[in-house]
Amino acid sequence: MKLNEMTIVGLRKLLDSREITVKDVVDSVYERIDVVEERVKAFITVTRDEAYNDAERAQKIIDSGGAFLLTGVPLAIKDNMCTKGILTTCASKILHNFIPPYESTATGKLKEQGYVIVGKANMDEFAMGSSTENSSVHTTRNPWNTDCVPGGSSGGSAAAVAAGECIAALGSDTGGSIRQPAALCGVVGLKPTYGRVSRYGLVAFASSLDQIGPLTKDVADSAALMNVIAGHDPLDSTSAPVATPDFMAALGKDIRGLRIGIPKEYFIEGIDSEVEKAVNNAIRELEAFGAKAVAVSLPHTEYATATYYILATSEASSNLARYDGVKYGLRETGKDLLDMYMNTRAKGFGAEVKRRIMLGSYALSSGYYDAYYKKGQQVRTLIKNDFDNAFKEVDVIVTPTSPTPAFRVGERAADPLQMYLSDIFTISVNLAGIPAISIPCGFTKDNLPVGLQIIGKSFDEECILKTAYAYEQATEWHLRRAAL
Amino acid sequence: MKTGSDRDAILKKYETVIGLEVHAQLLTETKIFCRCPTRFGAEPNTQTCQVCAGMPGVLPVTNKKAIEYSIRTGLAMNCAIAPYSRFARKNYFYPDLPKNYQISQYELPLCEHGFVEIVVDDEVKRIGITRIHMEEDAGKNIHEGKGDHSFVDLNRTGVPLMEIVSEPDIRSPREAAEYMKKLRAIVRYLGVCDGNMEQGSLRCDANVSVRPVGRKEFGTRTELKNMNSFKFVEKALEYEVKRQISVIEDGGEVVQETRLWDSAAGVTQPMRSKEEAHDYRYFPDPDLPPIVIGKEWIDSVRAGLPELPDEKRKRFKEIHGLPDLDAELLTSEKAIADWFEQTVKAGGQAKAVSNWMMGDLMRIMNDENKSIEEISLKPEQMAGMLALIDNGTISGKIAKTVFEEMCRTGKDAAGIVKEKGLVQISDSGAIEKAVDEIIAKSPDEVARFRAGDEKLLGFFVGQVMKATKGKANPKLLNELLLKKLK
Repeated sequence: MKLNEMTIVGLRKLLDSREITVKDVVDSVYERIDVVEERVKAFITVTRDEAYNDAERAQKIIDSGGAFLLTGVPLAIKDNMCTKGILTTCASKILHNFIPPYESTATGKLKEQGYVIVGKANMDEFAMGSSTENSSVHTTRNPWNTDCVPGGSSGGSAAAVAAGECIAALGSDTGGSIRQPAALCGVVGLKPTYGRVSRYGLVAFASSLDQIGPLTKDVADSAALMNVIAGHDPLDSTSAPVATPDFMAALGKDIRGLRIGIPKEYFIEGIDSEVEKAVNNAIRELEAFGAKAVAVSLPHTEYATATYYILATSEASSNLARYDGVKYGLRETGKDLLDMYMNTRAKGFGAEVKRRIMLGSYALSSGYYDAYYKKGQQVRTLIKNDFDNAFKEVDVIVTPTSPTPAFRVGERAADPLQMYLSDIFTISVNLAGIPAISIPCGFTKDNLPVGLQIIGKSFDEECILKTAYAYEQATEWHLRRAAL
Repeated sequence: MKTGSDRDAILKKYETVIGLEVHAQLLTETKIFCRCPTRFGAEPNTQTCQVCAGMPGVLPVTNKKAIEYSIRTGLAMNCAIAPYSRFARKNYFYPDLPKNYQISQYELPLCEHGFVEIVVDDEVKRIGITRIHMEEDAGKNIHEGKGDHSFVDLNRTGVPLMEIVSEPDIRSPREAAEYMKKLRAIVRYLGVCDGNMEQGSLRCDANVSVRPVGRKEFGTRTELKNMNSFKFVEKALEYEVKRQISVIEDGGEVVQETRLWDSAAGVTQPMRSKEEAHDYRYFPDPDLPPIVIGKEWIDSVRAGLPELPDEKRKRFKEIHGLPDLDAELLTSEKAIADWFEQTVKAGGQAKAVSNWMMGDLMRIMNDENKSIEEISLKPEQMAGMLALIDNGTISGKIAKTVFEEMCRTGKDAAGIVKEKGLVQISDSGAIEKAVDEIIAKSPDEVARFRAGDEKLLGFFVGQVMKATKGKANPKLLNELLLKKLK
């Protein structure tokens, strides 16, 4: 196996035993990038120089015998996490030249371990979208079929992992932005519990929903990355002051007797038949290990998409107000201040971002607040209660991650509503603030990956990792590599 | 409007209704949502970081001290402290507001339903406090001397503020000024704000309306801004009240609008309407969890409260037997109240101390533009001088000279009296001699006095004082004169 195709856990052994050097790994990754990036377009910025500097530092740490989990491991970072001194654009024209003077907490923790930054991964502009087609830079292609989208918004991160352009990646998930591209690209994507990973330095889309998480080649790597990035951060008031468990220790534990909830609202008309079949097979597989499938109901599921698009856009309309041409990023000229603001924002934001700013501004407007934002918050509570009730009966809930496999570039771009339905199975989890993972559970006839979503209780990532790992051990989907 | 008594009669037909919104800058070391210093007057943009500069991806973390100071203020103003309150975002675009929203409080403020007491015309009046909430200050736009560009200084961005909103309980510009003075006194006693209106650490907006006396409904109100001194608060409100009355008297209607006080012209003028047409789209700030305040925290803050102006005023009235006006004035500043009490403790008689402080001492402080801590006169010296008056060493009149000299030189009264030979002549022989000389020199006046012109007593007193360089004991002198003249 080539080094770029390996996992964190696999590389760790080879690096620590000095069978290979960090430079070998980095070389392997950039050789791959040189071959496939032209077709995949996973990155906005490829940080080759930084990577080789990082590699030198990492090698010294390893040689001194003090290696950490991620020392010398090449990772891709979604371009909405601030990396000090490295361009961070959010795939937006309005931040086309923004070089942060500070480091996000999550990437800072990677740096402390001596990771190697491969590049800043493409995404939908400000993480708004499900295909990367909303990137102002380019559309990333699905490594399994480059006519298809990789999903989004962390499509660059997912595609980079699937294409072997990095060992693993960080993404962010507001309504499914880690899990949906993970499913479409055949990799593992974990959205942690809200508050588990610091948001400090993550460019905000919807503050009450955003969460950073790993995109990896297998479940063990997901746990490994979680061990590093999770934890309370005094710089993020919404980060939870809870102890961080050893997520890797959860792997390999027995799932006999585990109660798996199957919500009837997630197996509905409109779901792709091959997806449904793959997910049902996965459930049977889990039952074969001694887990017990239980029918549950999440009755407010049908309101999730509407609720999400009110709350997320409301927060976004305020979060994105700071991009005004005054302090950093794009500034267009204008005859006066208002004109400058309007020209800058008109040119700097793409159509989807503008659409969401308008939606959110409307929902928060005086006279509409009660009917939209406030009502949305109330329904959010009901959706959260649905999960609380279901988790009285079961330990995890299993659903498809996405109702369909990867769709073709351009297929849904013209119809925002159709695009919004890509996240129909992932959105509720963000509204409830709970953790969920997407793992590969099969392929369609056209050789496109299908994702299985495993949802857990608040701060119980260990249970979903345990379940995912058990499934992964019995299957080989995660070992398949895209032929590019 | 008409002039003279007609005008007064018209003004009396109306009742004024005022509510004040006061912003007080908290004296915390660091900003409300980041750890930048709050120091005033530094080079532009040197007291900033990625958080207060509104960089992408940054998050606010609340300064606990700012919450504590606000609780302290709430308790001092008799408010209920909310066990659960929230920060909200107030959205509007302006270059001095880097996030283009201000973190403030909206639906769930920290403090509600309080009051403060003011003294007007020697009567105590209660003014309701609707709410006190926390928010962050904005920066400063600089337009002057920069060609066709404007610049922004973000040093002040994120400095913690309290907004103290009163009920519409204030009934005159005078009461408004007294209310402001009381708020200033309280926040200074508490050490939570320096109360400097000129520098903007205490700012005031007013809602003003008038209504015919006896009517229950409020009239249409205007909002006044830009009143950056106690004097301007009173003047601006006086102007605005008269303006509204004359609009109504002339058959017009008051327009609801925001008006700016122009202190140079002495008038209020409407702000451009574009600047006030805002929909702030308030919503709870998702970056900041609710502020949950337990009873224990409130109790410990309460236990740490100093004696406040109103309590002090009541105590001064009871213990020292001072009238309301004296008690109010002496408790307006903690340092002044302390000075008073130290003087009394050193032996000064309370009312005498109060008279000297409210008169000569405050005049000197005013003339020299010094605070009570800055003047060279110490409470013990004051008490020493009062003792000299009491034991007859100097007269009240000589004391004025001694007092001036004490303030000028910082020397003790006894030393000044000795040095300048100002000891009062209480030797009746010496005074008698002077009296005899004056009576001998003034036969006409003596005759007129004896014929019943008793006002001439003053003439004789004056002459003797002149002869003794003012040192004759006035009481002895009076007795002797009356005895000799009759």
